[in-house]
Amino acid sequence: MSWIPAILAVVLVGWFVLSYNSLVRLRNQFRNAWHQIDVQLKRRYDLIPNLVEVVKDYMSYEQETLTRVIEARGAAISAKGPAEQGKAENVLTESLKSLFAVVERYPELKANQNVASLQEELTGTENKISFARQFYNDSVMTYNNKIQSIPSNLIASVFDFSQAEYFEVGEESRAVPKADLR
Amino acid sequence: MEGDTPQRETQSRNAPLAAGEKICPGCGTANHRDAAYCNLCQKSFLPAGVSRFAGEPAGGPPGAPGPLLRPAPMLSFYEAASRNVRMSLLLFLALFAAFLAVGGGIGSAYGSVGYGVALALILYAILAATAYFNGSSLVLSIHDAREADTADHRRLRNVVEEMSIASGIPMPRVYVMESPGMNAFAAGRNPQEALVAVTTGLFEKLNREEVQGVIAHEMAHIKSRDTLYNICAAVLVGTIALLADMFLRGMPFRGRDRSGGGGRGNVALIGLGILLAILAPIAAKILQMSISRQREYHADAMGAQFTRNPLGLAAALAKISRAGAEVPGENRGTQHLFIVNPLRDFADDASALLSTHPSTTLRIQRLYAMAGIGPADVES
Repeated sequence: MSWIPAILAVVLVGWFVLSYNSLVRLRNQFRNAWHQIDVQLKRRYDLIPNLVEVVKDYMSYEQETLTRVIEARGAAISAKGPAEQGKAENVLTESLKSLFAVVERYPELKANQNVASLQEELTGTENKISFARQFYNDSVMTYNNKIQSIPSNLIASVFDFSQAEYFEVGEESRAVPKADLR
Repeated sequence: MEGDTPQRETQSRNAPLAAGEKICPGCGTANHRDAAYCNLCQKSFLPAGVSRFAGEPAGGPPGAPGPLLRPAPMLSFYEAASRNVRMSLLLFLALFAAFLAVGGGIGSAYGSVGYGVALALILYAILAATAYFNGSSLVLSIHDAREADTADHRRLRNVVEEMSIASGIPMPRVYVMESPGMNAFAAGRNPQEALVAVTTGLFEKLNREEVQGVIAHEMAHIKSRDTLYNICAAVLVGTIALLADMFLRGMPFRGRDRSGGGGRGNVALIGLGILLAILAPIAAKILQMSISRQREYHADAMGAQFTRNPLGLAAALAKISRAGAEVPGENRGTQHLFIVNPLRDFADDASALLSTHPSTTLRIQRLYAMAGIGPADVES
């Protein structure tokens, strides 16, 4: 019966290799997901100047809204650290929402082909940002499940796979947006 | 349609219900008139022996007892997805076993089981390779699809990219089919080489949220490799039918060749072979259809997980079932690829044993259940 320990050893090594590799794969997946969020944020920074350029001739009375968008964009780009950046991004999202609300009030602006396509691009990018965050959180959940559950938690603790942080929305974006009816 | 409902005591929601609502004999709850089961105590309104999923919501034909028994419909995204994967795997294995048995049966009738199995596997390999390497382009040309790259398709491409981000798979190629009907399908042997195709009617008539639901459903097919499953299942079933056909045609010649030498055991084997040859194509077809139906529910659940909005797809399905789902070049060979079967009249009892898709009503009902809305609140 000397082959029993040998088989056990093979099974154990096989389990170790598979578990370790899947932990590495999941860790890389959520790290990559984090960078995908940045890609979409960058794309939003690039789109905003175009939109402002097209819109500003029509909206001579709404300079304040435009200035808020431009300032929020600048603040978001220069923000340091995830917490500060998250806050700045939320301000930018809110300012864009109010800009779109203003666009709704200008029929000739709504009919403009450039504005329509830029609006579609920005809506798409907003969605991509939130789906990228959702995918990041999903990846973190899968990874955390793996490193906390038996038996893969043994490998995780020995090889220092530490728990990943979820992306959290700020308190201000959890509030219900107010409709400005005038 | 809507009336006062003074007799509602056990339900506290204030949504108006349609007239002719069903009162549950068990607990007295007022349910939607088409409800298949009580929203509160889950008691089935169908005749005894008829499963709530096998029969249609309105009560179904009382004579036919449904062979399927499934657990209660209130499932989370993750539960629904894993249950559907399990069921599909089981069915896929059964299909493969049937395939091997037919090969063996035919082989045994000719004297060598191994020979029959080997022949079946070789034929399968040839057909599978063709389907695997040329399947997608074949389907695209059958349905007259062209690449979506003009400015008109910007919104569509954006939605597909959003869903590829949400599902974590690479952006698939996007195709459109010129048709007023609303339909969509996904193809490709793996997520890296996948494509989605939609009709022009679909992305023109649905709003962004609904298109998102449809595309999420297709991405779910790609991510769970349904597109691969579908090709394999279609090839397996096709081959079984082909083998059975060959066997039935080959029989008379074989009888003439060796009319003197056959023993009693040989006769029994030949009988088995004939039986298999007759039953196999039917069984195979049923199995293929039920694989496809499980996968539709699965993709609905998984797509809802991507959008976190089951009601988007529910609204899209409702619109599609009202407007029609015809596509160019529709045929029986590719009907199971689409989000809604283009060949089927929606009034049909689509949950019958031989259909590629579950009935749209049942799919909408399950999507509402995911959003926490019982069938009683669904306006039909």
